[in-house]
Amino acid sequence: MHLNRRSLLKLSAATMAAGTIGLPTYAQAIDELVIAYNVNLPSWDPTVGPSAVNPTIQGLYQSVFDQYILQQPDLSPAPGLLTEWGWNDDRTQVWMTVRDGVTWHDGSPFTAEDVAWNLARVAKPETGSPIQFVWGTLANHRVEGNRVIADVTQFDPTIFKWMYFLTGYVLPKAYYEKVGAEGFEAAPIGTGPYMVEKFERNAFVRLKANANYWGGKPDFDTVTIKFVPDAAARVAEVESGNSHVTLEMPYEEYDRLKGGPLAGVAAPISDIGMIFLNDIEVMTDPNVRMAAAMAIDKQAIIDRLLSGYGVKIDTLQTPEYAAYDASITVPYDEAKAIEMLAASGYGPDNPVKFKIQTTRGFKPKDYEMIQAIVGLWRRVGIEAEIEVYEIAKHYELRAADQLAPAAFYNWGNSVGDPTTSTGFAMFGPSPHSVWDGEDLIGMIGPLWGEADEAKRIDGWKAVDKYIADNALVIPLLQYVQPILHAPGVVVTPHASGSLLPHLMKRA
Amino acid sequence: MGQCRHGVGMAFLRLLAIRLLTTAITLAGVAVIVFVVIRVVPGNPIAMMLPPGATEADIARLSALYGLDQPLVTQFGIWLGGVMQGDFGTSITSRQPVLDLVLGRLPATLELSIMALVMAVILGGAAALTGTRFRGGRREGAIDVANGMALSVPDFLWGLVLILLFGVLWPVFHISGRVSPALDLPFTTNFYLFESLIRLRFDLWADLVAHMFMPALALAIPLAAIIGQLLKQSLKETMNLDYVTLARTKGYGETRVILREALRNAILPTLTLVGVQFTFLIGGTVIIERLFSYEGLGNMAIDAVINRDLPLIQGIVILFAVIFTAVNLIVDLLYAVLNPRLRHA
Repeated sequence: MHLNRRSLLKLSAATMAAGTIGLPTYAQAIDELVIAYNVNLPSWDPTVGPSAVNPTIQGLYQSVFDQYILQQPDLSPAPGLLTEWGWNDDRTQVWMTVRDGVTWHDGSPFTAEDVAWNLARVAKPETGSPIQFVWGTLANHRVEGNRVIADVTQFDPTIFKWMYFLTGYVLPKAYYEKVGAEGFEAAPIGTGPYMVEKFERNAFVRLKANANYWGGKPDFDTVTIKFVPDAAARVAEVESGNSHVTLEMPYEEYDRLKGGPLAGVAAPISDIGMIFLNDIEVMTDPNVRMAAAMAIDKQAIIDRLLSGYGVKIDTLQTPEYAAYDASITVPYDEAKAIEMLAASGYGPDNPVKFKIQTTRGFKPKDYEMIQAIVGLWRRVGIEAEIEVYEIAKHYELRAADQLAPAAFYNWGNSVGDPTTSTGFAMFGPSPHSVWDGEDLIGMIGPLWGEADEAKRIDGWKAVDKYIADNALVIPLLQYVQPILHAPGVVVTPHASGSLLPHLMKRA
Repeated sequence: MGQCRHGVGMAFLRLLAIRLLTTAITLAGVAVIVFVVIRVVPGNPIAMMLPPGATEADIARLSALYGLDQPLVTQFGIWLGGVMQGDFGTSITSRQPVLDLVLGRLPATLELSIMALVMAVILGGAAALTGTRFRGGRREGAIDVANGMALSVPDFLWGLVLILLFGVLWPVFHISGRVSPALDLPFTTNFYLFESLIRLRFDLWADLVAHMFMPALALAIPLAAIIGQLLKQSLKETMNLDYVTLARTKGYGETRVILREALRNAILPTLTLVGVQFTFLIGGTVIIERLFSYEGLGNMAIDAVINRDLPLIQGIVILFAVIFTAVNLIVDLLYAVLNPRLRHA
């Protein structure tokens, strides 16, 4: 073949066209679902390491692996790999019945041995499970037919809730022991609705539907999940038709696109925005705390900064959580806030001063929200200095109980239990709490081991009421997750915030 | 003559030895700085992975598991000992060997950088030649304005503009990734673009180019402007030299004078600049790779920083440092070889 400049140009144009011709568009019927996902997947082991407790990638894990217990889109539990579960009468043992007829992605049968091995594995400190302190409350795991029994070393009323929460996944015993940790990273298998066909770190994962899935074969045979961390690029992905579904974009972009060629769904998820109050400096003054809480017009912030996408909350529980109590409210009352500050000698001419820390860009409009709050506070006589920090610094400061008197944060609690919201956020000895008041420790303490569920939930509601009445923390809002998708796909949002391809159907 | 050549060879070897020694010292310094700095700045990987309800004992257990409970000097000694044996540790987040991770991603970043460099040279060269050919006229003015715009807008903004133009409005190029997930890749190395040509797989080559075009162009535009400005300036100075005037008097056309006579002498400073700028270009891939979800070192670096994956951050920084110093070393040596004054010094 004789190559000259003209023929080379033709060849380049032809190959370029061939390369780009495969771009999907939202006008076409969807054969292969493409999702532009907002984070990268660092590791395929959902039970150990930092990835295991990263809420943003749980949806990827749940596509491939099953949890012990299924969590439904409204956060409620349902039979999964375990069909029944419970304690014995004196709460010294737990029992679990394992589903029959389930197979791993390699075709081998899933058994009760797998469940017992997984529970024993993450209970060992050397395995490196970040949730070992929970799994370690069970010991002496054993199999009796299709049942798994374990001894309770320390009663935890939430143990079964952890079975559909962080690290509560079931890995294949025989396969894992055969290939080891590195082999499993390279070729992970589970019992979940999708099987991993191809994985390129920092790029994409290509999934094939599990035809033998116990919950029924998913609607889409092939799903490609592209990791697109930049929000502008994600929006461009769906706008151009390169991807069919994406999530977490600015609300303005969501509003712009949802009424056009794309469809959208925006539902509340289990993430909340809140302001930690540290019991130091002026925050030991209840008048200052109460004034700070009552001077914030949460609804106005949601309407003006988040385009209305958010749900105002006054406790650390959202309406989907087990201990939500709609009767606990903290009113927006500027006059009352001024009055309370005056009682402590503060006012617009003599403002109370403290620092508030916030991230910038970690959550939608986080910095702007704090700016607005500081503006509202200024009107009543609170002068807050904003310090912007990285989320990593927040974690370190919080673990060391060195947060500023006020610090904005978002708290995720996809299991919806009060222990994993109010409990860990407000119990002084917890490394996640910066409020060390003995009165609260005294109220929360007995609830950790409360076996009577109704009494336990009522107890947490009382704690929330006490916290609200004394403004020990300032809950702001429940986030709404925007999802844009092509009209050819129906997306079912999950209140945990996980974007699950097996819940997507053809329109 | 022979003695002169021997002397030049010795001088070159001496220069090489000195540069290798300074490179080694530089890398050692980088190793110490990166190790200390990423441990001093706020945020540690254990705090990042603390689940709700973790206790002080859990923090201590996890710290011990990742070796972060040791004194800083001991940690550095362990890490340095491993590095000397080619073991850069294990990534905390992905639990893979750091060396495998960074070497696996390096080819993608190198291919992107080289493609961007080629684009920059072509665009900048064309701008310089056109500007010189039509110097003093409107076209040179237009090129100067375009150069100014290209320089004043940062590469990530060019990336957003390109996404809007060629990703959304006229969707001819892929917005994210390095290659289409549906394609089966027969490659044995991670130099996909290079290997696709070797294997004559033009379908894969086209797909790779369709993915790399926008990020490479975004990186190339500011560099093209620098090249264009410098080369045009050099060309204009050369065009006033006697030998160029002589060529004109021989009746050569202006274009031929530029291409055949002036360019050869004017290009040397630009070549040096291109070498130096290449290192900055690789640094620029961090943001651009993230924007285009390109699976290179830069994209991985951002995740490593977000997750405070200390061993991975160290591995990436050390590799970047090796690349920077190697490129600088090569440029210095090339300059010594090409520059007659240095060659005969």
